[in-house]
Amino acid sequence: MNEGLFINIIIGISVASAPLIFAAIGELLVERSGVLNLGVEGMMIVGALMGFVVQFHTESYFLAVLAGLFAGVVISSIFAFLTQFLLTNQVATGLALTLFGLGFSAFVGKGYTEESIQLIAAVDIPFLSDIPLIGPLLFSFNPLVYLAFFMVYVVWHFLFKTKQGLILRAIGDNHDAAHAIGHKVVLYRFMAILFGGAMAGLGGAFLTLVQVPIWGEGMTAGRGWIALGLVVFASWLPFRVILGAILFGGITILQLHAQGFNIRISAQYLSMLPYLATIVILVALRIRLKNKTNRTVPNCLGRIFHSTT
Amino acid sequence: MIKLIPRVENSKAMIVLSPLIALILTALSALIIFLFILEDVKVLNVFFTLFVEPLTDGYYLSELLVKAAPLMIIGLGLSIGFRAGIWNIGAEGQYVIGGIAGGAVGLYFYNVEGFWLLPLMAFAGILGGMFYAGIAAFLRTRYQVNEILVTLMLTYVAVLFLSAMVHGPLRNPSGFNFPESRMFHDSALLPIIWEGTRLNISLIVALALSILAWFGIKKHMFGMQIKISGSSPRAAKFAGFDDNKTVWLSLLISGGLAGLAGLFEAAGPAGQLTPGLPQFYGFTAIIVAFVARLHPIGILFSSLLIALSYVGGENVQIDYNLPSSIIQIFQGMLLFYFLACDILIKYKVALNKTKN
Amino acid sequence: MFNRRFSSFLKLSILSVVLAFTGGVSADPVKAAFVYIGPTGDHGWTYAHHRAVNHLKEVVGDNVIVTEVESVAENSDSERVITSLARKNDIIFTTSFGYMNPTAKVAKRYPDVKFEHATGYIRGDNLSTYQAKFYEGRHVMGKLAGGMTKSNVMGWIGSFPIPEVIRDINSAYLGAKSVNPDVEMKIVWINTWFDPGKEADAANALIAQGADVLFQHTDSSAAMTIAEENGIYSFGQASNMREWGPNAQLSGIVNNWGPYYVERVQAVLDGTWTSTDTLGGVKEGWVKFAPMNNNIPFDVRNAASKAIIDIMTGATHPFTGPINKQDGTPWLAEGETATIDELMGMQFYVEGIDSQFPN
Repeated sequence: MNEGLFINIIIGISVASAPLIFAAIGELLVERSGVLNLGVEGMMIVGALMGFVVQFHTESYFLAVLAGLFAGVVISSIFAFLTQFLLTNQVATGLALTLFGLGFSAFVGKGYTEESIQLIAAVDIPFLSDIPLIGPLLFSFNPLVYLAFFMVYVVWHFLFKTKQGLILRAIGDNHDAAHAIGHKVVLYRFMAILFGGAMAGLGGAFLTLVQVPIWGEGMTAGRGWIALGLVVFASWLPFRVILGAILFGGITILQLHAQGFNIRISAQYLSMLPYLATIVILVALRIRLKNKTNRTVPNCLGRIFHSTT
Repeated sequence: MIKLIPRVENSKAMIVLSPLIALILTALSALIIFLFILEDVKVLNVFFTLFVEPLTDGYYLSELLVKAAPLMIIGLGLSIGFRAGIWNIGAEGQYVIGGIAGGAVGLYFYNVEGFWLLPLMAFAGILGGMFYAGIAAFLRTRYQVNEILVTLMLTYVAVLFLSAMVHGPLRNPSGFNFPESRMFHDSALLPIIWEGTRLNISLIVALALSILAWFGIKKHMFGMQIKISGSSPRAAKFAGFDDNKTVWLSLLISGGLAGLAGLFEAAGPAGQLTPGLPQFYGFTAIIVAFVARLHPIGILFSSLLIALSYVGGENVQIDYNLPSSIIQIFQGMLLFYFLACDILIKYKVALNKTKN
Repeated sequence: MFNRRFSSFLKLSILSVVLAFTGGVSADPVKAAFVYIGPTGDHGWTYAHHRAVNHLKEVVGDNVIVTEVESVAENSDSERVITSLARKNDIIFTTSFGYMNPTAKVAKRYPDVKFEHATGYIRGDNLSTYQAKFYEGRHVMGKLAGGMTKSNVMGWIGSFPIPEVIRDINSAYLGAKSVNPDVEMKIVWINTWFDPGKEADAANALIAQGADVLFQHTDSSAAMTIAEENGIYSFGQASNMREWGPNAQLSGIVNNWGPYYVERVQAVLDGTWTSTDTLGGVKEGWVKFAPMNNNIPFDVRNAASKAIIDIMTGATHPFTGPINKQDGTPWLAEGETATIDELMGMQFYVEGIDSQFPN
């Protein structure tokens, strides 16, 4: 396999993984606070639409990216309000959010199906990208891809190197105890949910701003659900999200290449690989962790917090 | 400041009122949306087409029931698991596998007449769905892998598998190689109960299952086991109930019923296996179950309501050229409002004037 | 509704001319309905039907009342949509294969309504079928591709491995091979007619594998934009996609259903409608071509133009022997052309295509 093809595959994988990284790292923070938000798909697609719409009207990448982010925040606030203030069931509310997001984006997007925009181009980092071999490989990604990696670092730093992150994790593990100490459980969770929305929106905007410059109903095609899987896959540890996203994005891209290479397995079975791989790896991780007492799943994940004061 | 004060016991009045309030809020929101987007069409006409016409027109009423039946069947199965905190999000996948399994049996006995064929197909459909959900049960009990993810991933796999099947082994040999199975022969089709429509016995099965589920939850020990398991796993363990058994039973039942619904679709309205078998019933049934607050009789009503939104929404799309996504927005809002109004049952809303 | 005013003198003139030729108008306008599989904004398959419907409205004017329903899924729900339309319309066009059995079922229940199903094979007294010989267009595209490729690798973004797609792949390949014996075709299946993200991924994968000319059998303009971005060539699908690929688009097939729709609606108006099976190609004007790219050299352009003329006059048939199947078994002898049945049910690649046949 020649160098050009290899680089092309790596770039392809980076583009396929970045939206997943954004959505998953956001959801990771949310779940660390003890909330399960199944509405990732709905938040992503709203971000995809808004990013596209704003880019179309303003031709400003900056505003478009912000729009995607903001759209995610706004729509996730519905979920936050319902689950944190009205104490609704998180699973159902998340599903309703996905449904609503899909319908809303399709509806508003109807006027934009005939338009297209300019994609954000990849950049060659000066000097670094000239290094033979690894230069074009690692330093010529799209700016938003680098942002995705950076957000993983930000979340890691927040969770494990700041006081607020510690509190958030404590809330995720035992919200009653945290509340008793005086921490504002609802506030932390609310903010976490909004952050998750922002990230999901950003991940969606990545699709229309980097991958393909047109809008189509339902174009997230299940990526939000994959992101949910990635959080579990990563055992709620930030850097592992990158690993999972690359794996999943990688298999998605590689199965297309496999068809081109003429691997003798039918296309449908090849397309199953990413999903089966996710399950297999989830099981494998569990088997590995079986003897360790170190469990990283937030204990209060999905449980409703009833404040008594 | 608005405060939520827990009630001493659930408000009986609100159990009836809160769904109504939710419906009214949804209708009002829809009204506002319509006012915005409809320029020269009377909003009332749209409302009529959406909510009333399907009920007054024989054909649309029958179609409403055709759509309500699978929602009921799957919803009932899911509600059992949801009560126990077992989240089978992949009912769509189990529905597809059940359809393939049952459909394959029907195709295997192509042109063989006999009243035994349909029950055999139904049995195969149930087994298919059970097997598929069983994978998630196995992975959860043995490896503590979350069933939400497993069932969801498997749904994608099931849809791809369907495509592989209708492109290959199950493809109609005299169908010019198009990816569809043969049309099922008479013995393999569900009997129609309303002459001239597509309404078949799946509705009767759905109703029978509702009644069965209602009794099951009320009387049988299993129901209590699931009621307790859901509210507190620790208490359940303490009382001697087996968590693993609950996982298996919940997933097998919901999977089996989803598989049955899949077979009913294939042997009913579709009459063959095609890539169009999945219709998101598995996901919509989740909404049906929640809006019904997981109660069997509630599921009967909520599936009718959701089916109404499908049929009415489609007619609105045809008659007024509104996008089909309006149905999804409506369903999403319905669920939001239902969930929100639920709180009125457990909590009293009080307005406190701040003192300073 | 029946008293709609003409908005311009031009429309009045056209209608007068049409009236003069058709010799009269029946009292009631024909109510025609169209069922689409995707959004009219797909700029591909459905957009082409929508354009044809606009043409129909222009030509027949007040004598037709049109209803279009978009994004109807190919499942048992479609039967209900078709039934709803059958209750209120005189003729219904269902524009995708997956509507075949639902259309047939409804046609049986509404014998007085006329049904027209695109790309299918079931007919009835009130059910016609129609299909375009896209493979003729693909053959011409193949000649352009064969002449313009530098890497000798062509890429095909496939939706589903149904006969229509296989037929087109074979036809394009044979066309390219006739001008460039060294050319090869790589094929990727994405299991959908419309998914811009997947189409873009597939396009990128094919480009990475060396393809510098892309064909698509999917409905969005994603592949064209990717081609434009990468500085390679592509062909528009069903509609002129120049807007997305000003440099990339070599040409493209433009589906032209307009004349057929006018003919059929007019037949209903005149009371002369009967069930038919119509196959229209380049000759009948159903398959048109987007303007050729300015960068195409004279000799390549000529070869393609000649192919169009030859197909139109019947001098050439894209599937003329000697052609073997992919595994080497002989299929068409020297000079022999494929039969319609062989074409409609085609489920094999021709010799020279390396890709594994999907099954």
